[in-house]
Amino acid sequence: MYNSETFDEMFATEETPREPCRAFVERLGGVSIDELRNRQVAAELHLNNMGITFNVYGHEAGVEKVWPFDVLPRILGYDEWAEVEAGLKQRVTALNLFIDDIYNEQRVIKDGIVPEHLIQTASSYRPELRGFSPTNKAWCHISGVDLVRDRDGKFYVLEDNLRCPSGVSYVLENREIMKRTFSTIFQGMAVTPVDQYPEQLLRTLLDCAPAGVDSPLAVVLTPGVYNSAYFEHTFLAQQMGVELVQGVDLTVVDDYVYMRTTRGLQRVDVIYRRIDDDFLDPECFREDSVLGVRGLMRACRAGNVTLANAPGTGVADDKAVYAYVPDIIRYYLSEEPILANVPTFVCSDEKQREHVLANLKDLVVKPTNESGGYGIVLGPRATDQELAACADRIRANPREHIAQPMLDLSTAPTLTADGLEPRHVDLRPFVLAGKEVYVMPGGLTRVALVRGSMIVNSSQGGGSKDTWVLRDPSGTDTWKAMAPSA
Amino acid sequence: MLSRVAESVFWMSRYVERAENVARFIDVNDNLTLGEGVDLSEQWAPLVYTTGDQELFTKLYGEPQRESVLRFLAFDPRNPNSIFSCIAAARENARSVRESITVPMWEQINKYYLLVQSSLQNARFVAEPSPFCDLVKHASHTLVGTTDATMSHNEAWHFSRIGRLLERADKTSRILDVQYFHLLPNVQDVGSTLDVVRWSALLKSASALTMYRRVHGRITPDRVAEFLLLDRDFPRSMRFCVMRAQDSINEITGSRPGTFSCRSEQQAGRLRSEMDYTAVDDVVQQGMHEYIDGFQDRLNEIGAALQKDFFTLDTDAETQHQTQSQRMLR
Repeated sequence: MYNSETFDEMFATEETPREPCRAFVERLGGVSIDELRNRQVAAELHLNNMGITFNVYGHEAGVEKVWPFDVLPRILGYDEWAEVEAGLKQRVTALNLFIDDIYNEQRVIKDGIVPEHLIQTASSYRPELRGFSPTNKAWCHISGVDLVRDRDGKFYVLEDNLRCPSGVSYVLENREIMKRTFSTIFQGMAVTPVDQYPEQLLRTLLDCAPAGVDSPLAVVLTPGVYNSAYFEHTFLAQQMGVELVQGVDLTVVDDYVYMRTTRGLQRVDVIYRRIDDDFLDPECFREDSVLGVRGLMRACRAGNVTLANAPGTGVADDKAVYAYVPDIIRYYLSEEPILANVPTFVCSDEKQREHVLANLKDLVVKPTNESGGYGIVLGPRATDQELAACADRIRANPREHIAQPMLDLSTAPTLTADGLEPRHVDLRPFVLAGKEVYVMPGGLTRVALVRGSMIVNSSQGGGSKDTWVLRDPSGTDTWKAMAPSA
Repeated sequence: MLSRVAESVFWMSRYVERAENVARFIDVNDNLTLGEGVDLSEQWAPLVYTTGDQELFTKLYGEPQRESVLRFLAFDPRNPNSIFSCIAAARENARSVRESITVPMWEQINKYYLLVQSSLQNARFVAEPSPFCDLVKHASHTLVGTTDATMSHNEAWHFSRIGRLLERADKTSRILDVQYFHLLPNVQDVGSTLDVVRWSALLKSASALTMYRRVHGRITPDRVAEFLLLDRDFPRSMRFCVMRAQDSINEITGSRPGTFSCRSEQQAGRLRSEMDYTAVDDVVQQGMHEYIDGFQDRLNEIGAALQKDFFTLDTDAETQHQTQSQRMLR
């Protein structure tokens, strides 16, 4: 019997589906487990044939793995999604205003909303960019905000991921595979399409080209074939029809960026870069970087090339700054935040630190400048020794730690060796911000395939699911209203 | 297009063509040794010469034997020209330009790689190499067809065609060189069964037998040489390959016919016109081996010139001029 111990994305009780999933569960009733397994095998074969892979670090260079795909979709109702979408737009709008302010007037600091020392000590803060403001004041053109759903079914923002978030290619591929391998279950279901993302991304990039460029040229900059997200880089470049370049393909002359073509040098106006700040420009950041382009930052500061995301956006992605995002939203937009933050204790604050140290066993401790689940200590599951070591690290380096209560992740039915079982999932929607803000319907649902595990990362036993946002029952779809203008 | 992409597309095609030719060599040679009744180990040695890797082979295996030659040519990752190595390299090249080739092309090359990889463990290969060779040839043809049918015939497509044709010209010349030398002592016994069988095998290794028959009918050594060297219409003949490669270079540069704007274009054009006005008797008189040696050198020169003309730009020297013209283009 299917039984989740927390909020389940498909079933309200053992027997009854959640309202948005009713039609799907009815259809699923006519499909045997064996049939599901056949579809699963077909999906995996397709992934393998298409070489839809990610690279695993820490193994031999170039080891590609197919990312496990689960054939059962995660379904979101129209209304519940509408609220998430509004919340994401609000959040990204406020974060863009915040970053622009931080590198210019710093009103938010002067008005006492965010402590100055927090910004000064954020390792992702780039003082080189003081006084800089990108086209349309768009700093984070592309964000992949991580959301989780707690026991009560409420969404919380876990991380904002403003620096090269990946995963969107899997959203598009998952939908494709779903249609290919499970067309019968798709027929007649009113699911919002996701296919317009590449078009929206290209539009966002071109909208943010340097002023005065008539027909701007955009490229995707990748660290190369051994990067874990290389598949995605090629996918996005291909879908947008732009060149996928590596650092060696670019050169900077008189503060303009050019790519080396078979017909000589050609100017580049917008770079969707999938290289971290540190490696962008050996002249400005890490000198030993062979991935970047010498002089790129000069070109960027001179306003001759747009980098997406802009360098320095990571300052709003610092986990200690994260704690202030609700205040940041109130400050810039005079609105109450629509999406909740996970309550966060900032260890650089003495009072909060004492609380954290006293309650370590019940909290999750995270380093402020890491992503991808690295360096996290789960209090309730840690040994005494691990907790003691963690406490030492916090005392030695309070600025670099935050703590949060342990959340439950919602579950969704997943095909396992023992039939359908609840597995924990999260959700990473993708938000584009150029002239306007666009939210892709749904996003990437990652699933922890190991029973009870809450670790959804692909490198650590996670898989993914297609994410369905059901269409507006009243028939006025937001995605149609969002169609690109001429 | 990006220079790096042009180079990768060129090599991708080149490696695929190389793998296909190795499969052809194996297939025909195996076919030839069947039914001979005696140990024909010595028949496997020329195969290693054909691919030009005899030094490496001797180092790894010593005397050529059927099994070792088969493994070396098909699957040995230590041999950079084995079918496995070639397809792995082709796929790596394709992977680095995945955004510039079409989805069906990528799917085909990826499946091709998975096919070869899954055959590594195939115990039946040594006993029966032919089914595997067929699969390789088909996979190559499917890729070429997919490329022609799904990719715009743009600059990238032309670079891919040049890569394929230069490789094919080189391989046809090699097999002709080795087999001609090998078969020559028998030239006097025209009409004897074995002779015709082996000359036919030479044509078959280039899938040329049917087309040869239609053009020349009976098999004679000179006509076979002529067909593989100088036929104007047969897609695996050396001349055909050079002609079409030059066409593609022309398309890329946009030079008027009979003119050239870079070294590679000049050299390809020169080689082509020489072949246009060459008769097989001239070649025989000069000596087949000497002619082919010279031909291969010329191909290498074209390859090196392509590298310099398109793949590695001397940007420092060019920068000023190019940035000026680009600004004006805007």
